[in-house]
Amino acid sequence: MQNRKILEEKFFLWLMRLVTLSIILVFLFIMGIIIKKGFHAMTWEMISQEPKGGFYFGKGGGILNAIVGSLYLALGSTFFGLLLGLPVALGMNVHWITKTRFVGALRFLLDALWGVPSIVFGAFGFALMAYLGLRASLLAGIITVTLFIVPIFIRAFDEVLRTVPEGLMEAAYSLGANKTQIAFTVFFRQALPGFITAILLAFGRGIGDAASVLFTAGYTDHIPQTIQDPTATLPLAIFFQLSSPIPEVKARAYAAALILTIIILIISVVSRLSTRRFKKNIL
Amino acid sequence: MAALQSLRLPAKLTDRLSTGWLNFAVLFLILLPLVIGVGLVIKSLPLLEQASTWKMLSSAEFSPQQGHFGFYAFIMGSALVTLLSFVLSAPVCLLAAIYLTEYSPAWLTQTMYFVIDVLAGIPSVVYGVWGVLVVVPLLAGYVAPALGLSTTGYCLLSGGVVLAIMAVPYMLNMLMEVFRSVPVELKEASLSLGATYWETIKWVVLRKGITGIIAALSLGISKALGETIAVLMVVGNVAKVPKSVFDAAYPLPALIANNYGDMMSVPLYDSALMFAALLLFVIILVFNSITNVLLSRVKEV
Repeated sequence: MQNRKILEEKFFLWLMRLVTLSIILVFLFIMGIIIKKGFHAMTWEMISQEPKGGFYFGKGGGILNAIVGSLYLALGSTFFGLLLGLPVALGMNVHWITKTRFVGALRFLLDALWGVPSIVFGAFGFALMAYLGLRASLLAGIITVTLFIVPIFIRAFDEVLRTVPEGLMEAAYSLGANKTQIAFTVFFRQALPGFITAILLAFGRGIGDAASVLFTAGYTDHIPQTIQDPTATLPLAIFFQLSSPIPEVKARAYAAALILTIIILIISVVSRLSTRRFKKNIL
Repeated sequence: MAALQSLRLPAKLTDRLSTGWLNFAVLFLILLPLVIGVGLVIKSLPLLEQASTWKMLSSAEFSPQQGHFGFYAFIMGSALVTLLSFVLSAPVCLLAAIYLTEYSPAWLTQTMYFVIDVLAGIPSVVYGVWGVLVVVPLLAGYVAPALGLSTTGYCLLSGGVVLAIMAVPYMLNMLMEVFRSVPVELKEASLSLGATYWETIKWVVLRKGITGIIAALSLGISKALGETIAVLMVVGNVAKVPKSVFDAAYPLPALIANNYGDMMSVPLYDSALMFAALLLFVIILVFNSITNVLLSRVKEV
């Protein structure tokens, strides 16, 4: 009996080690393939030029249009996401702190929205475009992606705001500060690392998502000049070029996937570093 | 408090302005799910007026040119690919989460947080590229022939594998949170009664965390249910109910994403796609609400 107990524990311990190792291996496998394939196809031309004539038959040019388009789109929607999300996240923790049921319901709503897949936002964005008389454009893409990333931003920022000690609010009130001052100076400053993480998280989701921009942002070989131009995006550049039968074009999809992965990695690293950097001045 | 004094506008004015901004933003957010739901319903009305909802959900005939819109094959495609990904990822996540919270050295747990972080951040289209490069040829060239079957590799199983990997960071992260919330005293009590570490996990940690485990796993399911691009790239997209895991399938999100091009030229087609989006929206909203109720119960305990 004693032996069986120990045997069982040993068996599961090894199984768990194996499983954990396999997750790490799959992770390395994915990164390895993306880096290897992408590196082979990567050229300076890829990231410095727009597509030229015959690009989609394997001739010259690059995907600068998609890189810049994606950055515009993600920056635009992060900005609007911030405009909508920042006051709500702060309000949940300062203005309505006593209305627990309301805040609870709000969190519930945000969690539900957080789980809604981006394709649904894409379809809704498309319906909204028809209603507003917009055509597929940078603007329509920004609107759709904003709706998609707002819940992500708020929930991430809220998690950190909740950890700000109540005593700080009481101290600020006793010094005569009003709610806005408490929210935007005391709480915002205290939760700054979380704010940066949340912003970068939302930005990363915005830049990497394909399903929400498929209907709304369009696709073009040029860098958009105005907000009403259609725009190319990196995920869609990857998606479209991978389905091409021409090997040169397919290879570009690998390079584009590498570029997108690098952007995501940079975001992840910056998020970690800045968290450490801004943690210094926190009470 | 120097920051407070350096505010240039009069404090009362900024307070009013920001409260207005706040109220506008929160109203917008509260209305958003309602507007999405209503918008999708309005857009799918032309189709709903033509055929009964039940018939559309249960019929497998999908030929837009003839005006037949049966969603059964797509619903089954979604359900099967999600189920498959769940079967593949849930045991892995469960075991890994137990190991990482109860046994592993601190450095390994820290490393795993980094891995989870990056895995969660990788865009779905990149998973799709990886699936096309690795999973599809692997299934078509090695796995299926070894079993005496033939497949193009663009099949249910490819979709399941890719989705399973994509669900790992979400499930694992949540499960680790659940296991860490089990009070140490309970474990100590069990250990002091002579239970082994594994017995303690089996009888105390798993039992105490059961609600959280269910919630974490269903979060993974709902993520898999709505995933679009990565699945679309590897799953084959044939509008039939798949008979084996090596057959192609056609989940709902892929249907919406794939037919954007032709949907305007065929009558009612755009309405059908909006209805598909509505289906997804409702299913996932209900699913997530149940999950969140469960989760909030875990946090209270």
